[in-house]
Amino acid sequence: MGDPMRIRATENGGVTEVKILMKHDMESGQRKDATGKVIPAWHINTVVAKVKDKEVFTAQFGPAVSKDPFLNFKFKGAAKGDKLSVTWVDNRADTRTDEVAIA
Amino acid sequence: MNPKRRDTLRLMAVIGLMASTGLITQAQAAEWNKLAFDGKSLDDVLKAFGGGAAEKSADVSFNAPDIAENGAVVPVGVSTTLKATEIAIVVEKNPSALAAHFSLPAGTEPFVSTRVKMGQTSNVLALVKADGKWFVASKEVKVTLGGCGG
Repeated sequence: MGDPMRIRATENGGVTEVKILMKHDMESGQRKDATGKVIPAWHINTVVAKVKDKEVFTAQFGPAVSKDPFLNFKFKGAAKGDKLSVTWVDNRADTRTDEVAIA
Repeated sequence: MNPKRRDTLRLMAVIGLMASTGLITQAQAAEWNKLAFDGKSLDDVLKAFGGGAAEKSADVSFNAPDIAENGAVVPVGVSTTLKATEIAIVVEKNPSALAAHFSLPAGTEPFVSTRVKMGQTSNVLALVKADGKWFVASKEVKVTLGGCGG
């Protein structure tokens, strides 16, 4: 279970803008530690955002997404007060879900 | 008997059970496209997504800095006037070309912005799938400090 995400969702004129900051090391699998051993890749694989159980956005990340990934997207069809839930799963099958009300 | 193989089988059985009992929802079980993320070049990535060559398009607008001081955090943004269903970001000279892939269901704006790592100065490509075809816009980003190696 990772650390909480920071999610901001604001509705304006029918379009909801979402900004997410996930807390994850996103280890690339390219780096070596002090003894010269490769540090194994450890990164978020998939991110799914849902409103009322309907997917509004899905992302697949490779190891080339920056540490503590940031995501910004916009969608239509949600109202203020609706709950937006965001779930990520990493390549060690660790997962985290956070929910915010759309403002 | 190979004990490692036993472990793998057991793990697979557990994951299968979790998926079937609903512990993992359908969306979470959605396949991470390993083939695409293993691709070393734009062609590999496009092939993995089942597309042909990507067509250059002025309707895809791509925001990235000219010079990235820190290759570990390069902000990129893609937007388009096309009816996009998928967007992908590709860094040509990274060890694995594909950085991220986004699926946009109906009702989601054809816009996304995120941050990627770059090992060295490279062309960064924004791929947009609209009407079953891939369109591309590219930009060279100069990196003064790489973000992939140690």
